Amino acid sequence: MLFLGAVGAGAAALPLAYLVVRLFQADPADVVGTLFRERTLRLALTTLGLSITVAVASLLIGIPTAWALTRVRLPALGLWRVLAALPLAIPSYVTAFAWISTWSGLRGFWPLVVVMTIACTPYVTLPVAAALHLADQRTVDVARTLGRGPLAAFRAATLPQIAPAAAAGALLAALYTISDFGAPSLLRVQTLTWAVHAAYEGGLNRTLAAATATVLVVLALLLVLLERLVRARAHRGSVRQERGVPASRSSAAASRIAAMVGMTAIAAIGLALPAFALIRRGLEGRSADIDWSRLVGSTATTLGLSVGGALLAVALGLPIAVLAARYRSRAVSALESVAYLAHGVPGIVVGLSLVFFTLSVIPVLYQSALALCFAYAVIFLPKAIGSARSAIEQVPPSLEDVARGLGRGPAHTWASVTARLSAPGIAVGGLLVAVTAMKELPATLMLLPIGANTLATELWRHTSVTAYAAAAPYAIALVLVASIPAYLLSRTEHDGTRD
Amino acid sequence: MRNLRARDAIVTAFAASALLLTGCSSGGSGSTSTDTATDTDTSAQAQPDGDRSLVVYAGRSEDLVGPLIEQFEESSGITVKVRYANSIEMAAQLLEEGERTPAQVFLSQEAGALGALRDASLLVPLPEEITGAVDPKYTSADDTWVALTGRARVVIYDSEELSADDVPRDVHELTDPAWKGRVGFAPTNASFQSFVTAMRVLEGEEAAEEWLNGLIENDAEVFPGNSPILEAVNTGAVDVGLVNHYYWVVAAAEAGGPDSMRAQMQFGEPGSTSALVNVTGAGILTGSEDSEEALEFVQFLVSEQAQTFFVEQTGEYSLVPGAPSPANVPTLEELQGPEIDYSELADLEGTIELLTKVGLI
Repeated sequence: MLFLGAVGAGAAALPLAYLVVRLFQADPADVVGTLFRERTLRLALTTLGLSITVAVASLLIGIPTAWALTRVRLPALGLWRVLAALPLAIPSYVTAFAWISTWSGLRGFWPLVVVMTIACTPYVTLPVAAALHLADQRTVDVARTLGRGPLAAFRAATLPQIAPAAAAGALLAALYTISDFGAPSLLRVQTLTWAVHAAYEGGLNRTLAAATATVLVVLALLLVLLERLVRARAHRGSVRQERGVPASRSSAAASRIAAMVGMTAIAAIGLALPAFALIRRGLEGRSADIDWSRLVGSTATTLGLSVGGALLAVALGLPIAVLAARYRSRAVSALESVAYLAHGVPGIVVGLSLVFFTLSVIPVLYQSALALCFAYAVIFLPKAIGSARSAIEQVPPSLEDVARGLGRGPAHTWASVTARLSAPGIAVGGLLVAVTAMKELPATLMLLPIGANTLATELWRHTSVTAYAAAAPYAIALVLVASIPAYLLSRTEHDGTRD
Repeated sequence: MRNLRARDAIVTAFAASALLLTGCSSGGSGSTSTDTATDTDTSAQAQPDGDRSLVVYAGRSEDLVGPLIEQFEESSGITVKVRYANSIEMAAQLLEEGERTPAQVFLSQEAGALGALRDASLLVPLPEEITGAVDPKYTSADDTWVALTGRARVVIYDSEELSADDVPRDVHELTDPAWKGRVGFAPTNASFQSFVTAMRVLEGEEAAEEWLNGLIENDAEVFPGNSPILEAVNTGAVDVGLVNHYYWVVAAAEAGGPDSMRAQMQFGEPGSTSALVNVTGAGILTGSEDSEEALEFVQFLVSEQAQTFFVEQTGEYSLVPGAPSPANVPTLEELQGPEIDYSELADLEGTIELLTKVGLI
């Protein structure tokens, strides 16, 4: 198992190895000179401030949303679940573009925080909702009996139970934020990822790009360690050996109205506004002829590649998830951290690293669909690991012990008990990978089989020449296609965890 | 109930993996089907004999050069496979690929990317009949690549706020306090950087540094590229912006004509740095020295057919002497770009150093 875990972590470490190779080829004085200047510090502080603010904001919106989805009796519950997951389907650059075309001249840190928070909140909402489903209501009842108010009881009894899921989600939000290029560049906030791109633009300065990307890796490491600290604290006293008593849903009018108003407002900002702006731009321009065969072709390619990437990511991530859920050794910690680090590296660097490694090791596969699926798996591995780990952690080890006690072998036990009970969580991970891989652009442009197109590359093709009307159908198709995994995400959590 | 739910979950998981497997195969077949969709007239792609093909990396938009490549396929019978991306990112990829690159021809949006490939010895010399076709003033001095088209640097302005007379023909005037907070520019953009290089070459390091600092002190707004600047000026978010003329030409076609544009263009003072013309170009990559197809393609790009296409469809300047000029803009002669050796523009390093020093990148 440790070997399989090492394979997954090894794959994720490729971009890091590439950075090391690049930095060693460069003049050390150059590297030091580009790193240790005021600008690097300013970029790092902006990036860190941005990612932490987005993570906190995602928690502040995601936890109440998850609570509303699991604890309040809502009409058309399925609709609300889909609305909560759907922002995953919209690329942050599309949201940012929609906002700018609605309020021209919009720019700066706080608008960017809003755009990124909208994009990232589902990373918190989905796992927290799943954890709330499984949370044991008895401790809350005890707290209430002892005189705590509803909020205090939530803090004392429920929060510790959902903290690991919330922290894992916040980490994904933070890592997505530090590696995103589209939204920061459109809203003109200079982050480290923006600087990596600027270094390539500026006379192909690969040393500066690699040095800047290394600072990003260090930031990603800080975030991973921070999350680990939160998770370790939450774990104390939350080891459960049996399934708890699920909570009932509130039917109080006040909480129902508050939940619906809040979720409607968020959906209006995050979904309705971009949709409206895209349709408006689509109707305005002259380039609106839709090439249907191309639209269908690129949709099929997008689906195939993203699902392939999801499959590979689950295959590579599952061993790490099992190890992380069941063992606490330094080796396991290291493997898990490495798998997360690559998620903080900008897509352009991951793309170049895979150009380098595919050509060096297996040139036949260069620019094949398989190599691109592999790239997606490497970039989005943490998404596959996080929810699978939480799901496996929720399977009481005592059940496995019973199965072993009844004479089943480890593999049989894993398949019939652990995998069976954690399947929804593992599937959630795969779906998260699929939905984000659909939006990926920099690595896709480099590794896509020649002549093929994805919806993201089509979108790029049209927006780069300001043909917004022609871009609109692809943006809409991308959102529709990504809604499939987003919908499944909301269903999986529903089916898998409600008893 | 519990059993049923668990079974549902497993069914979901199986369904998902089935979807994954079909997905993988459709990823492969999806790409081939798109291939054939693009290569309209070439059905005999799989036949080894008599089938000629070519791999092109294009740093220019498919909307702009795609139809031209189709014309080439029709007239030559050669199947062209094209990979599209931003010029600079594509050049980074080509540098990473080195001599193992599958690409045979690189079509670049700007000279800097070609210069970087030449410096890494990844381009092969082109024959005189190709390089000699264009005005030597604009192309590479050592025949490693050929310039194809030119784009003029312009100041675009919000015509609802300003009239043409208010807008300076000399970019130095934009550092005047009257323009405080009203200018948009893109310091990471390659065209802007070659513009700064030109200013360093023509007016000296100090003048260029002073101008950049003037822009910074004047709170000029930093944008990621030409398109967002145009978008901002066209919506009135910024009063003036520094871009290449052809972004405006393309956007005007999209909007339904020059009169539908809120943003209008001011060309630079003839002969001054402000009137600089940036060039796009093409080169053949190492390993394809003997490729007839590659040579035929580059030859086609400087032909009358391709040059007319650029002028008429993308609003760019042809660099072939005596070629027609795009509509709605001054001719290349009227524009009178500054006297400059274009090989000096390939040297970006000093510009990057300067932009880094003043804190713009």
